[in-house]
Amino acid sequence: MKFLDEFRDPELARGLLAKISSTVTRPWTIMEICGGQTHSIMRHGIDQLLPPEITLVHGPGCPVCVTPLETIDRALAIAEISDLIFTSFGDMLRVPGSRDDLFRVKSRGGDVRMVYSPLEALKLARGNPNREVVFLAVGFETTAPGNAMALKQAVAEGLSNFSQIVSHVLVPPAMEAILGSATNQVQGFLAAGHVCSIMGWEEYEPIAAKYRVPIVPTGFEPVDILDGILKTVQLLEADDPGVHNRYLRVVRQQGNPAARAVVDEVYSLCDRKWRGIGLIPGSGLAIRDELAAFDAEKKFAVGHIKTQESEICISGEIMQGLKKPDECPAFGRECTPLNPLGATMVSSEGACAAYHKYSRKGLL
Amino acid sequence: MSQNRRDILDIRDIANPANLSCPLPLLDHDTVQLAHGAGGRLSADLIEKLILPRFSSKELDPLEDQAVLDLPPGKLAFSTDTFVVDPLFFPGGDIGDLAINGTVNDVAMSGAEVIALSVGFVLEEGLPLSDLHRVLCSMQKAAARAGVKIVTGDTKVVGRGQCDRIFINTSGLGVVPEGIRLSASALKPGDRIILSGTLADHGMAVMTVREGLSFQSTVSSDTAPLNGLARVILDACPETRTMRDPTRGGAATTLNEFATASQVGIKLDEAAIPVRPEVQGACEILGIDPLYVANEGKLICIIPAEAADRVLSAMHNHEAGREAVILGDVVAEHPGLVTLRTSLGVERILDMPIGEQLPRIC
Repeated sequence: MKFLDEFRDPELARGLLAKISSTVTRPWTIMEICGGQTHSIMRHGIDQLLPPEITLVHGPGCPVCVTPLETIDRALAIAEISDLIFTSFGDMLRVPGSRDDLFRVKSRGGDVRMVYSPLEALKLARGNPNREVVFLAVGFETTAPGNAMALKQAVAEGLSNFSQIVSHVLVPPAMEAILGSATNQVQGFLAAGHVCSIMGWEEYEPIAAKYRVPIVPTGFEPVDILDGILKTVQLLEADDPGVHNRYLRVVRQQGNPAARAVVDEVYSLCDRKWRGIGLIPGSGLAIRDELAAFDAEKKFAVGHIKTQESEICISGEIMQGLKKPDECPAFGRECTPLNPLGATMVSSEGACAAYHKYSRKGLL
Repeated sequence: MSQNRRDILDIRDIANPANLSCPLPLLDHDTVQLAHGAGGRLSADLIEKLILPRFSSKELDPLEDQAVLDLPPGKLAFSTDTFVVDPLFFPGGDIGDLAINGTVNDVAMSGAEVIALSVGFVLEEGLPLSDLHRVLCSMQKAAARAGVKIVTGDTKVVGRGQCDRIFINTSGLGVVPEGIRLSASALKPGDRIILSGTLADHGMAVMTVREGLSFQSTVSSDTAPLNGLARVILDACPETRTMRDPTRGGAATTLNEFATASQVGIKLDEAAIPVRPEVQGACEILGIDPLYVANEGKLICIIPAEAADRVLSAMHNHEAGREAVILGDVVAEHPGLVTLRTSLGVERILDMPIGEQLPRIC
């Protein structure tokens, strides 16, 4: 298939692996930011092919995984309101809150619907003028423009029965939090290609300069990932930190200015708590004050919810690159995809889910 | 050959599915009424004008409370399945042909000659009779294509909101010829795994038209009867270990079930997995693995190594097996586990799915 087979070509991959091996002279720890990259690495077995000097650690770029428990619990409470239509991306439905998930709310009679596009939620609001329709807007910079567009459209049409729970997060503040931590082990980053397709790469330049790390916007197919790793290793070996785009067919320096403008119009910067990691200043997007009527968390009184996180889940350490999923004592025992303790075990971008699905140590 | 086998062949001769016409009969109502299930005149109307013309057989026509069948010698194979698909009509098929093919295939995977089906309908009050008629017509065509008779049935009507438009249960009877004994626990190291064609066509066809997810594509369901292909396989290799049609949960689930039941390992080659480009494209967009997606017209069979090439070429000569491939091997290592050799040459686990696959966020 065009645009896919080329980037899964075994010959090209072997060539890149050989170059990585001949370039590397010392141990390096590289973090891929995006959970989509983590899954691709595990699915294609890239981690098993790299020279032993290179350690890949898995970043926080899984929107479902970092959505704070409070937000999920509030979403669950809103989804239970009778006669309300609750819409969400499919991947959020299985994410555990303190006591529940959206599937269970649905089984108790909540009208929970999966949508692929936030505009589908808007369609529901148009078609059901007498019912409230709420969309759970999560994700990084990648999904923010689509979600912002839906809200902008709702405002334009005066759809007062549509609202969003917004829990958008931003990559650069999280990278700074990881790099600024006393326990940091990450020496270079594969930046998330699709985030960069919206944002471009200029915002990474100050981070690369301040912390002296290479940051390489990278795609998602095996050849993309190996190419990104090669570039990162070359920069590390040459002690030449900086931002070098390797997702050439998608990412432009300015990103997508039109998409960024829509986001700015509807959302504003806020401090955001990341599940398992904690509060990161300026790391989130929230609905602008003047659009508060479309903010589901303000519209429905669900502020006073007591959350309870699992005490043994180490997803925060995993998402900061401090530990790998199979180093967690609960991995595959107390915590499985059927009975997850943290969101990293259920999301299709979660690192624990990737390890559990593709490579359980000792089984092979 | 018994009287019954001849009947099946007769059906094949007369009812060429391509020649069936399906005019909507004149009825007093446009939609299903509760009275259509109440046993009175409207019930009789529905059965006689709409249903019987589509399903006529010498066993069904007398409208007794049961069908009485002559069966050839052999063991009886018996299966049932209930169909609740949403949407009712999707690219490449509808709930009607799905209900026929699904049960035909479940019975046929035992190695049985499929003899007869029962059909039970649960209809929701308000269902357009034209929709019911359309479903009945496609059931008639599917049954004719499979060469199987519908010999008994039942229709119930429930109030609005008590079911979703139309639910169909079909049960199937077949007779397993002497000497055929297929079992998921019969796999042996060295056996080869054959897949009859491309994966994920049905599941992705339904997904592309599902509410909240709809997008334009040319993906079409593969719903088809497999009893003819199963016969071809067993004729070419009566020692076939087992066969199964990988429906819900996809090929990955079927192969994991085989590995567990036989306590053997299964090794697949990623490069050998056939997926149509348009299906692959839809899967890539949604972040869904075709190995976990439902099929409705494909089978996986496990064949002793020495017969694998013979079976493969026999399958290639049958319309349902033209794209059959050898998918991998049964091995003694890692009993109970299925592994996949990726295109980069690395071996990784191919796990059982956890639940329904959900489209990813970005």
